[in-house]
Amino acid sequence: MRIRLVDLAHARSGDKGDTANVGLIALRPEWYPTLRRYVTLDAVRDHFRGAITGEVERFELPNLRALNFLLHGALDGGGTLSLKTDAQGKVYSTALLRMTIDVPDDEAEACGLPASGDAE
Amino acid sequence: MTRTVRIASGQGFWGDSLEAPRQQVEGGQIDYLMLDYLAEVTMSILQKQKERDSSAGFARDFVGAIESVLDAIVNRGVRVIANAGGVNPPACAAAIRTLADSKGVSDQLRIAVVTGDDLLDRLDELLEAGHELANMETGQSLAAIREDVLSANAYIGSAPIVEGLARGANVVITGRSTDTALTMAPLRHEFKWGSADWDRLASGIVAGHILECGAQCSGGNCLYDWRGIPDLANVGYPIAEASPDGTFVITKHPGTGGRISVPSVTEQLVYEMGDPHEYITPDVIADFTTIELEADGDDRVRVSGIKGRPATDKLKVSIAYSAGFKAVGTLVYSWPEALEKAELADRILRERLDRLGLRFDQVLTEFVGASATHGALAKRQPEYPEVQLRFGVRGLQRSAVERFTREIAPLVLNGPPSVTGFAGGRPKVEEIVAYWPALIDKTVVATSVEIV
Repeated sequence: MRIRLVDLAHARSGDKGDTANVGLIALRPEWYPTLRRYVTLDAVRDHFRGAITGEVERFELPNLRALNFLLHGALDGGGTLSLKTDAQGKVYSTALLRMTIDVPDDEAEACGLPASGDAE
Repeated sequence: MTRTVRIASGQGFWGDSLEAPRQQVEGGQIDYLMLDYLAEVTMSILQKQKERDSSAGFARDFVGAIESVLDAIVNRGVRVIANAGGVNPPACAAAIRTLADSKGVSDQLRIAVVTGDDLLDRLDELLEAGHELANMETGQSLAAIREDVLSANAYIGSAPIVEGLARGANVVITGRSTDTALTMAPLRHEFKWGSADWDRLASGIVAGHILECGAQCSGGNCLYDWRGIPDLANVGYPIAEASPDGTFVITKHPGTGGRISVPSVTEQLVYEMGDPHEYITPDVIADFTTIELEADGDDRVRVSGIKGRPATDKLKVSIAYSAGFKAVGTLVYSWPEALEKAELADRILRERLDRLGLRFDQVLTEFVGASATHGALAKRQPEYPEVQLRFGVRGLQRSAVERFTREIAPLVLNGPPSVTGFAGGRPKVEEIVAYWPALIDKTVVATSVEIV
Protein backbone atom coordinates (compact mmCIF):
# COMPACT_ATOMS: atom_id res chain seq x y z
CA MET A 1 0.00 0.00 0.00
CA ARG A 2 1.34 3.42 -0.94
CA ILE A 3 1.17 5.95 1.89
CA ARG A 4 1.89 9.67 1.81
CA LEU A 5 4.07 11.01 4.61
CA VAL A 6 1.74 14.00 4.91
CA ASP A 7 -0.90 11.54 6.18
CA LEU A 8 1.49 9.94 8.68
CA ALA A 9 3.59 12.75 10.05
CA HIS A 10 3.97 16.44 10.73
CA ALA A 11 7.24 18.28 10.42
CA ARG A 12 9.20 21.45 11.08
CA SER A 13 12.41 22.60 9.45
CA GLY A 14 15.08 25.20 10.02
CA ASP A 15 18.59 26.09 8.92
CA LYS A 16 22.18 26.11 10.00
CA GLY A 17 24.33 27.74 7.33
CA ASP A 18 23.80 25.91 4.05
CA THR A 19 22.14 22.94 5.78
CA ALA A 20 18.41 22.53 6.29
CA ASN A 21 17.10 20.24 9.00
CA VAL A 22 13.74 18.53 8.86
CA GLY A 23 12.23 17.03 11.99
CA LEU A 24 9.61 14.46 10.97
CA ILE A 25 7.14 13.60 13.75
CA ALA A 26 4.59 10.75 13.74
CA LEU A 27 1.02 12.05 13.83
CA ARG A 28 0.22 9.13 16.18
CA PRO A 29 2.78 7.51 18.47
CA GLU A 30 1.93 4.04 17.10
CA TRP A 31 2.98 5.17 13.61
CA TYR A 32 6.54 5.97 14.62
CA PRO A 33 7.84 2.43 13.91
CA THR A 34 6.54 2.75 10.34
CA LEU A 35 8.39 6.04 9.87
CA ARG A 36 11.49 4.51 11.37
CA ARG A 37 11.39 1.47 9.10
CA TYR A 38 10.44 3.05 5.78
CA VAL A 39 11.74 6.62 5.86
CA THR A 40 15.31 5.47 5.41
CA LEU A 41 18.42 7.43 4.60
CA ASP A 42 18.37 6.07 1.04
CA ALA A 43 14.71 6.93 0.54
CA VAL A 44 15.21 10.54 1.67
CA ARG A 45 18.38 10.88 -0.37
CA ASP A 46 16.42 9.74 -3.45
CA HIS A 47 13.55 12.07 -2.64
CA PHE A 48 15.80 15.13 -2.57
CA ARG A 49 18.11 14.07 -5.42
CA GLY A 50 18.77 17.08 -7.61
CA ALA A 51 17.32 19.46 -5.05
CA ILE A 52 20.33 19.50 -2.73
CA THR A 53 24.04 19.41 -3.46
CA GLY A 54 25.33 17.65 -0.33
CA GLU A 55 24.83 14.58 1.80
CA VAL A 56 21.85 13.60 3.94
CA GLU A 57 22.17 12.60 7.59
CA ARG A 58 19.46 10.80 9.57
CA PHE A 59 18.91 10.61 13.34
CA GLU A 60 16.27 8.81 15.39
CA LEU A 61 14.43 10.28 18.38
CA PRO A 62 12.17 7.46 19.62
CA ASN A 63 11.40 9.54 22.71
CA LEU A 64 9.71 12.19 20.54
CA ARG A 65 8.49 9.69 17.90
CA ALA A 66 10.54 11.70 15.46
CA LEU A 67 13.31 11.44 12.92
CA ASN A 68 15.67 14.30 12.17
CA PHE A 69 17.24 14.78 8.75
CA LEU A 70 20.09 17.10 7.89
CA LEU A 71 20.08 18.11 4.24
CA HIS A 72 23.47 19.56 3.40
CA GLY A 73 23.85 21.99 0.51
CA ALA A 74 20.12 22.65 0.52
CA LEU A 75 20.02 26.42 0.73
CA ASP A 76 21.95 27.85 -2.23
CA GLY A 77 24.76 28.94 0.09
CA GLY A 78 22.49 29.63 3.04
CA GLY A 79 21.66 32.66 5.13
CA THR A 80 22.06 36.02 3.46
CA LEU A 81 24.12 34.60 0.57
CA SER A 82 21.17 32.59 -0.68
CA LEU A 83 18.91 33.93 -3.42
CA LYS A 84 16.17 31.41 -2.63
CA THR A 85 12.68 32.34 -1.45
CA ASP A 86 13.18 29.72 1.22
CA ALA A 87 16.71 30.80 2.12
CA GLN A 88 16.26 29.60 5.70
CA GLY A 89 14.81 26.22 4.84
CA LYS A 90 11.50 26.92 6.56
CA VAL A 91 9.44 24.77 4.19
CA TYR A 92 11.77 21.88 3.48
CA SER A 93 9.52 20.27 6.09
CA THR A 94 6.60 20.15 3.70
CA ALA A 95 8.86 19.12 0.81
CA LEU A 96 9.70 15.96 2.77
CA LEU A 97 6.00 15.38 3.48
CA ARG A 98 5.48 14.99 -0.29
CA MET A 99 7.32 11.68 -0.08
CA THR A 100 5.41 8.39 -0.30
CA ILE A 101 6.38 5.04 1.20
CA ASP A 102 5.31 1.53 0.25
CA VAL A 103 4.11 -0.49 3.22
CA PRO A 104 2.86 -4.11 2.93
CA ASP A 105 -0.96 -4.14 3.07
CA ASP A 106 -1.26 -6.38 6.13
CA GLU A 107 1.22 -4.27 8.07
CA ALA A 108 -0.52 -1.03 7.05
CA GLU A 109 -3.92 -2.39 8.05
CA ALA A 110 -2.62 -3.67 11.39
CA CYS A 111 -1.35 -0.17 12.26
CA GLY A 112 -4.43 1.60 10.88
CA LEU A 113 -2.30 3.53 8.39
CA PRO A 114 -4.21 5.84 6.04
CA ALA A 115 -3.90 4.77 2.39
CA SER A 116 -3.12 7.59 0.02
CA GLY A 117 -6.03 8.73 -2.09
CA ASP A 118 -4.94 9.89 -5.47
CA ALA A 119 -1.45 10.86 -4.51
CA GLU A 120 0.26 13.21 -6.88
CA MET B 1 4.77 22.23 48.01
CA THR B 2 7.84 22.47 45.83
CA ARG B 3 8.73 25.97 44.80
CA THR B 4 8.52 26.59 41.07
CA VAL B 5 9.92 29.48 39.08
CA ARG B 6 8.01 30.90 36.13
CA ILE B 7 10.03 32.21 33.20
CA ALA B 8 8.10 33.87 30.39
CA SER B 9 9.28 34.34 26.82
CA GLY B 10 8.37 37.74 25.41
CA GLN B 11 10.40 37.99 22.21
CA GLY B 12 11.64 35.34 19.79
CA PHE B 13 13.73 37.58 17.56
CA TRP B 14 14.27 41.27 16.85
CA GLY B 15 11.09 42.17 15.01
CA ASP B 16 8.78 39.91 17.02
CA SER B 17 5.48 41.20 18.50
CA LEU B 18 5.84 44.51 20.33
CA GLU B 19 2.87 43.58 22.53
CA ALA B 20 4.17 40.24 23.79
CA PRO B 21 6.36 41.48 26.69
CA ARG B 22 3.50 43.48 28.19
CA GLN B 23 1.04 40.62 27.69
CA GLN B 24 3.41 38.27 29.49
CA VAL B 25 3.63 40.45 32.61
CA GLU B 26 -0.06 41.38 32.64
CA GLY B 27 -1.56 37.97 31.86
CA GLY B 28 -0.67 36.35 35.17
CA GLN B 29 2.11 35.79 37.66
CA ILE B 30 5.65 35.36 36.32
CA ASP B 31 9.08 35.67 37.95
CA TYR B 32 11.30 36.34 34.95
CA LEU B 33 10.78 37.76 31.47
CA MET B 34 13.22 36.52 28.84
CA LEU B 35 13.67 38.51 25.61
CA ASP B 36 15.75 37.18 22.72
CA TYR B 37 16.72 39.78 20.12
CA LEU B 38 19.73 38.40 18.31
CA ALA B 39 19.88 36.38 15.12
CA GLU B 40 23.02 35.47 13.22
CA VAL B 41 23.18 38.59 11.06
CA THR B 42 21.72 41.01 13.60
CA MET B 43 25.14 41.66 15.15
CA SER B 44 26.62 43.02 11.92
CA ILE B 45 23.68 45.36 11.38
CA LEU B 46 24.18 46.66 14.90
CA GLN B 47 27.93 47.00 14.33
CA LYS B 48 27.26 49.28 11.36
CA GLN B 49 24.92 51.39 13.46
CA LYS B 50 27.56 51.67 16.16
CA GLU B 51 30.19 52.82 13.64
CA ARG B 52 27.92 55.70 12.66
CA ASP B 53 26.89 56.54 16.23
CA SER B 54 28.83 55.37 19.28
CA SER B 55 25.67 55.40 21.39
CA ALA B 56 23.90 52.94 19.02
CA GLY B 57 24.48 49.26 18.28
CA PHE B 58 21.82 47.62 20.45
CA ALA B 59 18.20 46.53 19.91
CA ARG B 60 16.26 49.80 20.21
CA ASP B 61 12.97 47.90 20.56
CA PHE B 62 14.15 46.81 23.99
CA VAL B 63 13.68 50.32 25.39
CA GLY B 64 10.01 50.24 24.45
CA ALA B 65 9.70 46.73 25.82
CA ILE B 66 11.11 47.81 29.19
CA GLU B 67 8.83 50.82 29.24
CA SER B 68 5.83 48.54 28.68
CA VAL B 69 6.79 46.27 31.60
CA LEU B 70 8.36 48.85 33.92
CA ASP B 71 5.56 48.70 36.44
CA ALA B 72 5.93 44.91 36.78
CA ILE B 73 9.69 45.26 37.30
CA VAL B 74 9.40 48.01 39.88
CA ASN B 75 6.27 46.97 41.75
CA ARG B 76 5.96 43.23 41.28
CA GLY B 77 9.54 42.06 41.31
CA VAL B 78 9.61 40.69 37.74
CA ARG B 79 13.20 40.48 36.51
CA VAL B 80 14.10 40.87 32.84
CA ILE B 81 16.93 39.13 30.99
CA ALA B 82 17.70 40.11 27.41
CA ASN B 83 20.49 39.88 24.86
CA ALA B 84 19.35 43.27 23.59
CA GLY B 85 22.81 44.76 24.17
CA GLY B 86 23.95 43.64 20.73
CA VAL B 87 27.44 45.05 20.09
CA ASN B 88 27.00 47.81 22.65
CA PRO B 89 25.54 46.56 25.97
CA PRO B 90 26.74 49.61 27.97
CA ALA B 91 24.88 51.98 25.60
CA CYS B 92 21.79 49.80 25.91
CA ALA B 93 22.01 50.06 29.70
CA ALA B 94 22.43 53.83 29.44
CA ALA B 95 19.27 54.07 27.35
CA ILE B 96 17.37 52.05 29.96
CA ARG B 97 18.80 54.28 32.70
CA THR B 98 17.59 57.37 30.83
CA LEU B 99 14.14 55.82 30.54
CA ALA B 100 14.07 55.00 34.27
CA ASP B 101 15.14 58.58 35.12
CA SER B 102 12.35 60.01 33.02
CA LYS B 103 9.83 57.75 34.77
CA GLY B 104 11.20 58.60 38.23
CA VAL B 105 12.08 54.98 39.08
CA SER B 106 15.84 55.08 38.62
CA ASP B 107 16.58 54.06 42.21
CA GLN B 108 14.43 50.95 41.80
CA LEU B 109 16.22 49.68 38.72
CA ARG B 110 19.41 47.70 39.16
CA ILE B 111 20.91 46.95 35.74
CA ALA B 112 23.62 44.35 35.14
CA VAL B 113 25.63 44.63 31.94
CA VAL B 114 27.51 41.62 30.59
CA THR B 115 30.45 42.30 28.27
CA GLY B 116 33.43 40.39 26.92
CA ASP B 117 31.78 38.55 24.02
CA ASP B 118 32.90 41.16 21.47
CA LEU B 119 36.13 39.98 19.81
CA LEU B 120 36.27 42.42 16.88
CA ASP B 121 39.10 44.53 18.28
CA ARG B 122 41.02 41.41 19.32
CA LEU B 123 40.86 39.52 16.01
CA ASP B 124 44.42 40.19 14.84
CA GLU B 125 45.83 39.47 18.28
CA LEU B 126 43.90 36.18 18.34
CA LEU B 127 45.00 35.19 14.83
CA GLU B 128 48.63 35.99 15.69
CA ALA B 129 48.35 33.85 18.81
CA GLY B 130 47.40 30.92 16.59
CA HIS B 131 43.61 30.92 16.91
CA GLU B 132 42.64 30.12 13.37
CA LEU B 133 38.92 30.88 13.57
CA ALA B 134 38.41 28.59 10.59
CA ASN B 135 34.92 28.33 9.15
CA MET B 136 33.16 25.43 10.90
CA GLU B 137 31.37 24.46 7.71
CA THR B 138 34.04 24.87 5.06
CA GLY B 139 37.27 24.63 7.06
CA GLN B 140 38.51 27.79 5.33
CA SER B 141 40.89 30.00 7.33
CA LEU B 142 39.62 33.40 8.47
CA ALA B 143 42.52 35.02 6.65
CA ALA B 144 40.50 34.61 3.44
CA ILE B 145 37.97 37.21 4.56
CA ARG B 146 39.84 39.04 7.33
CA GLU B 147 39.59 42.39 5.55
CA ASP B 148 35.84 42.03 5.12
CA VAL B 149 34.96 41.23 8.74
CA LEU B 150 32.28 43.50 10.20
CA SER B 151 31.70 41.94 13.61
CA ALA B 152 32.95 39.01 15.70
CA ASN B 153 31.28 37.83 18.88
CA ALA B 154 31.64 34.72 21.01
CA TYR B 155 28.44 33.01 22.06
CA ILE B 156 28.69 33.16 25.84
CA GLY B 157 26.88 30.99 28.37
CA SER B 158 24.78 31.56 31.46
CA ALA B 159 27.48 32.21 34.09
CA PRO B 160 27.75 36.00 33.79
CA ILE B 161 23.96 36.36 33.78
CA VAL B 162 23.77 34.23 36.94
CA GLU B 163 26.33 36.56 38.49
CA GLY B 164 24.28 39.61 37.56
CA LEU B 165 21.19 38.11 39.16
CA ALA B 166 23.16 37.14 42.28
CA ARG B 167 24.28 40.75 42.57
CA GLY B 168 20.66 41.82 42.70
CA ALA B 169 20.04 43.05 39.18
CA ASN B 170 16.43 43.23 38.04
CA VAL B 171 17.43 43.92 34.44
CA VAL B 172 20.29 41.94 32.91
CA ILE B 173 21.57 43.06 29.50
CA THR B 174 23.97 40.95 27.47
CA GLY B 175 25.51 41.03 24.04
CA ARG B 176 25.90 37.75 22.14
CA SER B 177 24.91 35.33 24.87
CA THR B 178 23.27 32.17 23.59
CA ASP B 179 19.49 32.29 23.32
CA THR B 180 19.21 29.36 25.71
CA ALA B 181 21.37 31.03 28.40
CA LEU B 182 18.67 33.65 28.91
CA THR B 183 16.35 30.96 30.29
CA MET B 184 19.01 28.80 31.90
CA ALA B 185 20.50 31.62 34.01
CA PRO B 186 17.48 32.35 36.23
CA LEU B 187 17.06 28.61 36.86
CA ARG B 188 20.68 28.28 37.93
CA HIS B 189 20.31 31.36 40.09
CA GLU B 190 17.08 30.28 41.79
CA PHE B 191 17.90 26.60 42.26
CA LYS B 192 21.64 26.98 42.87
CA TRP B 193 22.49 24.38 40.22
CA GLY B 194 26.24 23.79 40.11
CA SER B 195 28.34 24.30 37.02
CA ALA B 196 28.81 20.48 36.77
CA ASP B 197 25.21 19.51 37.44
CA TRP B 198 24.96 18.29 33.86
CA ASP B 199 21.45 16.84 33.82
CA ARG B 200 19.86 19.90 35.38
CA LEU B 201 21.87 22.24 33.19
CA ALA B 202 20.72 20.25 30.16
CA SER B 203 17.14 20.69 31.37
CA GLY B 204 17.71 24.44 31.47
CA ILE B 205 18.98 24.35 27.89
CA VAL B 206 15.95 22.41 26.70
CA ALA B 207 13.65 24.88 28.46
CA GLY B 208 15.57 27.67 26.74
CA HIS B 209 15.33 26.01 23.33
CA ILE B 210 11.56 25.66 23.71
CA LEU B 211 11.12 29.31 24.80
CA GLU B 212 13.64 31.00 22.52
CA CYS B 213 11.36 31.28 19.48
CA GLY B 214 8.45 32.79 21.36
CA ALA B 215 5.06 31.60 20.10
CA GLN B 216 6.60 29.01 17.79
CA CYS B 217 6.00 26.44 20.58
CA SER B 218 2.52 27.65 21.51
CA GLY B 219 0.66 27.28 18.23
CA GLY B 220 2.54 29.65 15.92
CA ASN B 221 3.87 28.07 12.73
CA CYS B 222 2.47 24.76 13.99
CA LEU B 223 1.57 22.30 11.24
CA TYR B 224 -0.12 19.74 13.50
CA ASP B 225 -3.89 20.40 13.39
CA TRP B 226 -3.18 23.93 12.19
CA ARG B 227 -6.83 24.61 11.34
CA GLY B 228 -7.90 23.66 14.86
CA ILE B 229 -5.50 25.94 16.76
CA PRO B 230 -7.74 28.52 18.42
CA ASP B 231 -7.46 32.31 18.41
CA LEU B 232 -3.97 32.82 16.97
CA ALA B 233 -4.80 36.53 16.79
CA ASN B 234 -4.42 36.55 20.56
CA VAL B 235 -1.69 33.91 20.74
CA GLY B 236 -0.20 33.36 24.19
CA TYR B 237 3.59 33.33 24.41
CA PRO B 238 5.13 30.43 26.35
CA ILE B 239 6.05 30.18 30.01
CA ALA B 240 8.34 27.57 31.59
CA GLU B 241 7.25 26.63 35.09
CA ALA B 242 10.37 24.99 36.43
CA SER B 243 11.14 22.88 39.49
CA PRO B 244 14.47 22.51 41.31
CA ASP B 245 14.93 18.93 40.04
CA GLY B 246 15.10 20.18 36.45
CA THR B 247 11.63 19.13 35.33
CA PHE B 248 9.40 21.85 33.98
CA VAL B 249 5.99 22.48 32.48
CA ILE B 250 5.53 24.58 29.35
CA THR B 251 2.32 26.57 29.56
CA LYS B 252 0.82 30.00 28.77
CA HIS B 253 -1.48 32.49 30.44
CA PRO B 254 -5.17 31.60 30.71
CA GLY B 255 -7.47 33.32 28.22
CA THR B 256 -4.83 33.57 25.51
CA GLY B 257 -5.02 31.91 22.09
CA GLY B 258 -2.82 29.31 20.49
CA ARG B 259 -2.19 25.88 21.89
CA ILE B 260 0.48 24.16 23.93
CA SER B 261 0.42 20.42 23.30
CA VAL B 262 2.87 17.56 22.92
CA PRO B 263 2.85 18.03 19.11
CA SER B 264 3.35 21.83 19.30
CA VAL B 265 6.27 21.48 21.70
CA THR B 266 7.77 18.61 19.70
CA GLU B 267 7.77 20.78 16.56
CA GLN B 268 9.75 23.44 18.40
CA LEU B 269 12.16 20.85 19.84
CA VAL B 270 13.17 19.64 16.37
CA TYR B 271 13.48 23.19 14.98
CA GLU B 272 17.06 23.89 13.82
CA MET B 273 18.16 20.59 15.33
CA GLY B 274 21.49 19.03 14.38
CA ASP B 275 22.65 15.77 15.93
CA PRO B 276 20.03 15.30 18.68
CA HIS B 277 22.49 13.41 20.89
CA GLU B 278 24.60 16.50 21.28
CA TYR B 279 23.06 19.93 21.44
CA ILE B 280 26.26 21.81 22.24
CA THR B 281 26.15 24.98 24.35
CA PRO B 282 28.79 26.83 26.38
CA ASP B 283 27.32 25.39 29.61
CA VAL B 284 26.57 21.75 28.80
CA ILE B 285 25.90 19.26 26.02
CA ALA B 286 22.22 18.31 26.13
CA ASP B 287 20.95 14.98 24.79
CA PHE B 288 17.63 15.61 23.07
CA THR B 289 17.00 11.86 22.74
CA THR B 290 16.35 11.76 26.49
CA ILE B 291 13.57 14.35 26.60
CA GLU B 292 10.21 13.01 27.80
CA LEU B 293 7.04 14.99 27.03
CA GLU B 294 3.70 14.39 28.68
CA ALA B 295 0.38 16.22 28.48
CA ASP B 296 -0.41 17.73 31.88
CA GLY B 297 -3.86 19.27 31.35
CA ASP B 298 -5.01 21.94 28.91
CA ASP B 299 -2.14 23.92 27.42
CA ARG B 300 0.35 22.27 29.74
CA VAL B 301 3.16 19.93 28.70
CA ARG B 302 5.47 18.38 31.28
CA VAL B 303 9.12 17.97 30.23
CA SER B 304 11.42 15.60 32.12
CA GLY B 305 14.15 12.96 31.92
CA ILE B 306 16.78 15.17 30.29
CA LYS B 307 20.40 14.08 30.41
CA GLY B 308 23.48 16.21 29.88
CA ARG B 309 27.22 15.81 29.49
CA PRO B 310 30.17 18.10 30.23
CA ALA B 311 30.53 21.08 27.93
CA THR B 312 33.40 21.30 25.47
CA ASP B 313 36.39 23.62 25.98
CA LYS B 314 35.36 25.78 22.99
CA LEU B 315 32.95 28.61 22.35
CA LYS B 316 31.30 29.24 19.05
CA VAL B 317 32.13 32.59 17.47
CA SER B 318 29.72 34.42 15.21
CA ILE B 319 31.65 36.44 12.62
CA ALA B 320 29.88 38.62 10.08
CA TYR B 321 31.60 39.75 6.91
CA SER B 322 30.83 41.73 3.83
CA ALA B 323 30.25 39.34 0.90
CA GLY B 324 29.22 41.35 -2.11
CA PHE B 325 25.82 42.36 -3.44
CA LYS B 326 22.56 40.85 -4.56
CA ALA B 327 19.26 41.87 -6.09
CA VAL B 328 16.03 40.04 -6.77
CA GLY B 329 13.49 41.16 -9.36
CA THR B 330 9.98 39.83 -9.89
CA LEU B 331 7.27 39.93 -12.58
CA VAL B 332 3.87 38.23 -12.61
CA TYR B 333 2.52 36.36 -15.68
CA SER B 334 -1.15 35.44 -15.96
CA TRP B 335 -3.17 32.62 -17.51
CA PRO B 336 -3.19 31.34 -20.21
CA GLU B 337 0.16 29.50 -20.26
CA ALA B 338 1.38 31.54 -17.31
CA LEU B 339 4.31 29.27 -16.47
CA GLU B 340 5.44 29.02 -20.10
CA LYS B 341 5.47 32.82 -20.40
CA ALA B 342 7.51 33.17 -17.22
CA GLU B 343 9.94 30.53 -18.49
CA LEU B 344 10.39 32.38 -21.75
CA ALA B 345 10.99 35.65 -19.88
CA ASP B 346 13.67 33.86 -17.84
CA ARG B 347 15.47 32.67 -20.98
CA ILE B 348 15.29 36.15 -22.54
CA LEU B 349 16.63 37.80 -19.41
CA ARG B 350 19.53 35.38 -19.16
CA GLU B 351 20.45 35.98 -22.79
CA ARG B 352 20.34 39.75 -22.33
CA LEU B 353 22.55 39.62 -19.24
CA ASP B 354 24.92 37.44 -21.19
CA ARG B 355 25.04 39.86 -24.12
CA LEU B 356 25.79 42.69 -21.70
CA GLY B 357 28.78 40.68 -20.53
CA LEU B 358 27.58 40.70 -16.93
CA ARG B 359 29.05 37.95 -14.77
CA PHE B 360 27.66 36.84 -11.42
CA ASP B 361 28.69 34.33 -8.79
CA GLN B 362 25.14 33.07 -8.63
CA VAL B 363 21.99 33.46 -10.72
CA LEU B 364 18.77 31.86 -9.52
CA THR B 365 15.37 31.71 -11.20
CA GLU B 366 12.27 30.64 -9.29
CA PHE B 367 8.68 30.31 -10.51
CA VAL B 368 6.57 31.33 -7.53
CA GLY B 369 3.25 29.54 -7.62
CA ALA B 370 4.70 26.58 -9.48
CA SER B 371 7.98 25.41 -7.99
CA ALA B 372 9.73 28.06 -5.87
CA THR B 373 9.54 26.22 -2.56
CA HIS B 374 9.52 22.55 -3.58
CA GLY B 375 11.34 22.61 -6.92
CA ALA B 376 10.91 19.51 -9.04
CA LEU B 377 9.07 17.76 -6.19
CA ALA B 378 6.05 19.91 -7.08
CA LYS B 379 4.35 18.29 -10.04
CA ARG B 380 3.81 20.55 -13.04
CA GLN B 381 0.12 21.45 -13.35
CA PRO B 382 -1.74 21.70 -16.67
CA GLU B 383 -2.48 25.33 -15.93
CA TYR B 384 -1.83 28.04 -13.37
CA PRO B 385 -3.90 31.21 -12.83
CA GLU B 386 -0.63 33.12 -12.50
CA VAL B 387 3.07 32.56 -11.91
CA GLN B 388 5.60 34.97 -10.51
CA LEU B 389 9.01 35.00 -12.13
CA ARG B 390 11.54 35.64 -9.38
CA PHE B 391 15.05 36.27 -10.70
CA GLY B 392 18.03 36.85 -8.41
CA VAL B 393 21.71 37.58 -8.96
CA ARG B 394 24.65 37.76 -6.59
CA GLY B 395 28.18 39.02 -7.19
CA LEU B 396 31.10 40.92 -5.72
CA GLN B 397 30.73 43.89 -8.08
CA ARG B 398 28.03 46.33 -7.21
CA SER B 399 28.00 47.78 -10.73
CA ALA B 400 27.03 44.46 -12.34
CA VAL B 401 24.23 43.85 -9.85
CA GLU B 402 23.09 47.45 -10.33
CA ARG B 403 23.02 46.99 -14.11
CA PHE B 404 20.93 43.83 -13.73
CA THR B 405 18.24 45.78 -11.86
CA ARG B 406 17.65 47.86 -15.04
CA GLU B 407 16.82 44.78 -17.11
CA ILE B 408 13.57 43.75 -15.38
CA ALA B 409 11.28 46.64 -16.30
CA PRO B 410 11.92 46.52 -20.06
CA LEU B 411 10.47 42.99 -20.13
CA VAL B 412 7.05 44.45 -19.41
CA LEU B 413 6.94 45.94 -22.91
CA ASN B 414 9.54 43.96 -24.82
CA GLY B 415 9.05 40.41 -23.48
CA PRO B 416 6.32 37.77 -23.30
CA PRO B 417 2.68 38.94 -22.86
CA SER B 418 0.18 39.05 -19.99
CA VAL B 419 2.74 40.49 -17.58
CA THR B 420 2.02 42.66 -14.57
CA GLY B 421 3.07 43.23 -10.97
CA PHE B 422 5.87 45.69 -11.50
CA ALA B 423 4.42 48.42 -9.32
CA GLY B 424 7.24 48.09 -6.78
CA GLY B 425 9.74 49.58 -9.21
CA ARG B 426 13.30 48.58 -9.90
CA PRO B 427 14.80 45.91 -7.58
CA LYS B 428 17.00 47.22 -4.77
CA VAL B 429 20.66 46.31 -4.61
CA GLU B 430 21.38 44.76 -1.23
CA GLU B 431 24.75 44.58 0.44
CA ILE B 432 25.32 41.03 1.65
CA VAL B 433 26.52 40.48 5.18
CA ALA B 434 27.39 36.81 5.47
CA TYR B 435 27.90 34.59 8.48
CA TRP B 436 31.14 32.83 9.37
CA PRO B 437 30.83 30.37 12.25
CA ALA B 438 34.07 29.47 14.04
CA LEU B 439 35.30 28.02 17.32
CA ILE B 440 37.64 29.47 19.90
CA ASP B 441 39.16 28.26 23.16
CA LYS B 442 36.99 29.19 26.11
CA THR B 443 40.02 30.39 28.04
CA VAL B 444 40.62 33.39 25.80
CA VAL B 445 37.13 34.84 26.26
CA ALA B 446 36.75 36.68 29.55
CA THR B 447 33.32 38.04 30.37
CA SER B 448 32.65 40.68 32.97
CA VAL B 449 29.57 41.88 34.76
CA GLU B 450 29.01 45.43 35.84
CA ILE B 451 26.11 46.86 37.81
CA VAL B 452 25.22 50.27 36.43
